[in-house]
Amino acid sequence: MHEMGIVLHLAKTLDETAEENKLTKIGRVTLQVGEVSGIMTDLFTDAFDYFKKKHPMLTECKLELETIPGVTWCDNCHKTYETVKYGKTCPHCGSGETWLLQGNECIIKEIEAE
Amino acid sequence: MDPIRIVEVKEAVLADNDAAARSNKERMKAQNTVLINLMGSPGAGKTSTLLQLIARMKDTLRIGVMEADVDSDVDAQTIGDAGVRVIQLHTAGLCHMDADMTRRGLEAMGTKDLDVIFLENIGNLVCPAEFEVGADLRMMILSVPEGDDKPLKYPLMFTVSDVMIVNKIDTAPIFDFDLAAACERACALNPRLAVFPVSARTGEGFDELADYLKAFIQERRAQA
Repeated sequence: MHEMGIVLHLAKTLDETAEENKLTKIGRVTLQVGEVSGIMTDLFTDAFDYFKKKHPMLTECKLELETIPGVTWCDNCHKTYETVKYGKTCPHCGSGETWLLQGNECIIKEIEAE
Repeated sequence: MDPIRIVEVKEAVLADNDAAARSNKERMKAQNTVLINLMGSPGAGKTSTLLQLIARMKDTLRIGVMEADVDSDVDAQTIGDAGVRVIQLHTAGLCHMDADMTRRGLEAMGTKDLDVIFLENIGNLVCPAEFEVGADLRMMILSVPEGDDKPLKYPLMFTVSDVMIVNKIDTAPIFDFDLAAACERACALNPRLAVFPVSARTGEGFDELADYLKAFIQERRAQA
């Protein structure tokens, strides 16, 4: 449900970017979304499509999502592993002393605009 | 028609929220006020927990409470009756407070003469964990009827919190709630987590929690 909140923040950043770059219409926005960011991409797309109709600069904007895989680092054996598959416990050595390296991001990569 | 351009943005979507949260934190620090973000499911006992804490803290600290709800002002009335400053915030359907809404709440309430402010966030174990508001301390409530498996299902909330309050502990035998299992699961996600089993109905455990918060507030204010 927080997807709509994130869309509102996205729109604010896009407005600021448009003003800085003197853009009038945004045709595409590419977002990089981490696998373990807690963002449901289907819901996010729905929320974006609902919102853009009310926001003149985004009316024809296409949303492209790129996934950033979740990767966790093990402090004990100094190896990395897939976060989604193994969670908090290292599959190499069984340690719980592990830290997420990447995968919780939500970054605006680029926009295509007039 | 203007030519189409590609603009590289490379900015986190929540960067504006994080900046607003830092600004809230700095403003509160400058006036020596501590901001505490209280989160938990609907019905976990956020308001009744605040009432127990207010009773133990209001003699020595000037307290303000921001009640965030989707609608109604029942919580604000309950807290107002306890004799502290309170403001009701409505999020108009949104499931969490963000940093800018928090700033507007702080400004509307007036905070300069307060020692500590509790933000009672929207009842929800998911979204409030995603949005920084600029709090000095994040407390979440897990109530016994919700079950000891919640840290497994909502890991982010337990990861970002500093304090886990286990409320309704007087009902543990009825719900087969395993406190040790809940703590183990939460602390696996977040080894720094401070855990306080309490009952907002009987008052059990609240002296310890109030003492912890008083010490935290004193320490934080001494640094400012």
